[in-house]
Amino acid sequence: MNWKMSRVVRTVTDIMVVPIIVYGIYLIIHGHLTPGGGFQGGAVIASSTALLIVSYGSFRDYKKDFSSMESLGLTLFILLAIFGILLGATMFHNFGAGTGGLFGGTVPEGINPGYVNTGGTIPMMNIMVGLEVAAALSLILWMMAKASDSMEVEA
Amino acid sequence: MIYFILQLLVLTGLVITAVAVIWFKDLISAAIALGASSLILSLQFYLLRAPDVAIAEAAVGAALTTAIFIFAIRASEREEGYK
Repeated sequence: MNWKMSRVVRTVTDIMVVPIIVYGIYLIIHGHLTPGGGFQGGAVIASSTALLIVSYGSFRDYKKDFSSMESLGLTLFILLAIFGILLGATMFHNFGAGTGGLFGGTVPEGINPGYVNTGGTIPMMNIMVGLEVAAALSLILWMMAKASDSMEVEA
Repeated sequence: MIYFILQLLVLTGLVITAVAVIWFKDLISAAIALGASSLILSLQFYLLRAPDVAIAEAAVGAALTTAIFIFAIRASEREEGYK
């Protein structure tokens, strides 16, 4: 069945999808400073998929891509957790904090506005969780839309 | 005082939308009312100083479950009724 919505709905969707995704990425990357984190940002990104599927009524065959993205996020998360054991510490050991590398800046003492380039492995794990949640919820939406025959799968 | 009035308004809206969910016979209207109820609940979480939970509730409750409910209603009958 063709569930394509009107031109007004599709134009508003086209305008709104990119800000929603950017807001989700902002929530994920600033997860260690502000409210939000991997799960919230991933859910916000997946809501853009819901908007696209509902308004257009068709979506490409991204099932395997979503599944691979979900597995990649979870695998990298677990590897990042186990990497702490390999360095001689416990699981989930924060080996990146204060080393000067990626997300390795030192936090100055006292009240500060919050710096993104700090936190060690916590922002990295937020990014992995965001990848996993966004792909998993998008996959659930894709499967539900396909099973209820409210979406045409493009080639 | 403003905080009290705002919370009273939010709770009233929460009760109204929750009653509307079971009052509607059209299932798509009920799904939209459930989404509105979820959005007002996320506002209440924000007023109770849990912005983290508010974002999760707004994204999952208002957007994703509403879309999944609409997909499920499309696969079945739109009107509720006993024939």
